[in-house]
Amino acid sequence: MSQVLKNNYSALEFVYEFYLKMKKSNISLAYEGEITHQITKAFTALAESSMQREQDYTTVQKKVFHVMVECLQNVSKHAERDFNYYSSKDGRGIFLISKDEKEYNITTGNIIKNDKVESLRELLEKINSMTKEELTKLYKQQIREGRLSPKGGAGLGFIDIARKTGQKLIYSFLRIDDENSFFVLTSTIPRIKS
Amino acid sequence: MLQPLRIQGTDDTPTVILDPNPDSPHFEISGRSLPEDVVAFYEPILEWLDEYAKNPLPKTVFDFKLEYFNTASSKLLLDILLKLEDMYDDGHDVLVRWHYPEDDEDMQEAGEEYADIVEVPFEQVPYQID
Repeated sequence: MSQVLKNNYSALEFVYEFYLKMKKSNISLAYEGEITHQITKAFTALAESSMQREQDYTTVQKKVFHVMVECLQNVSKHAERDFNYYSSKDGRGIFLISKDEKEYNITTGNIIKNDKVESLRELLEKINSMTKEELTKLYKQQIREGRLSPKGGAGLGFIDIARKTGQKLIYSFLRIDDENSFFVLTSTIPRIKS
Repeated sequence: MLQPLRIQGTDDTPTVILDPNPDSPHFEISGRSLPEDVVAFYEPILEWLDEYAKNPLPKTVFDFKLEYFNTASSKLLLDILLKLEDMYDDGHDVLVRWHYPEDDEDMQEAGEEYADIVEVPFEQVPYQID
């Protein structure tokens, strides 16, 4: 791709198409790379100031902040390290925010090992099948009995996102090869006060 | 006497005041909590509380006044509450005050859930933001 961008004409075409796609999908932030703590802080600060400008409800702002942090930390802690960047401490992936008048959508995409797909799918299906009360119960159980992973994960992220948004998690897995899959997760936060 | 522990808050770590001065005791965690390394941040606080629990004041009032905490922090906050519960079980007078912005249902709920999990006197305190 770097060659494509060196050629004036193809660079123009590529960048313009990319721009149009972002506009068409109402994407207000797109990033691909390592998800460090600094990146998490920078993106949440950006989103906060933009939501303040647009005068979103405080509850909506807080929920977006919550979901962004949990999503970014999921990638940072759980994404499979790309062999090209094996020295990195933090996982990498793609991060997108899109919005329209009705809702914010927060999307992450990252590589995971194929042998982790089934358990992750089961967990997400289980969370999506639960009522608000069941999620609260699961949260309480997990916070009491769960232990922090060496990476500092509490196993509460997805449950928390489902509870805070009141929406189903939208996810899919794309098999890349015998070892890896690409995992995409979208969380939706309604902009209208519930 | 146990030295007070004071940590100045930042945009991703809370302000912590653990001051057992008998004339003006003050126990508080406030602000935002999403530290890069939650365990490293909370470890000194938990260790301090272990020391304090050996010889606590007749009454310990602990204020939580958080604007935001991530799920990794929520686990460590529970660890703090469990230490307060132990003190209470040992017959000491303990009160937890959970402060939340009056329009923040999620923070109110978080307090209610902690109150369900730990067996310690627990007060919910709504406050107004100007």
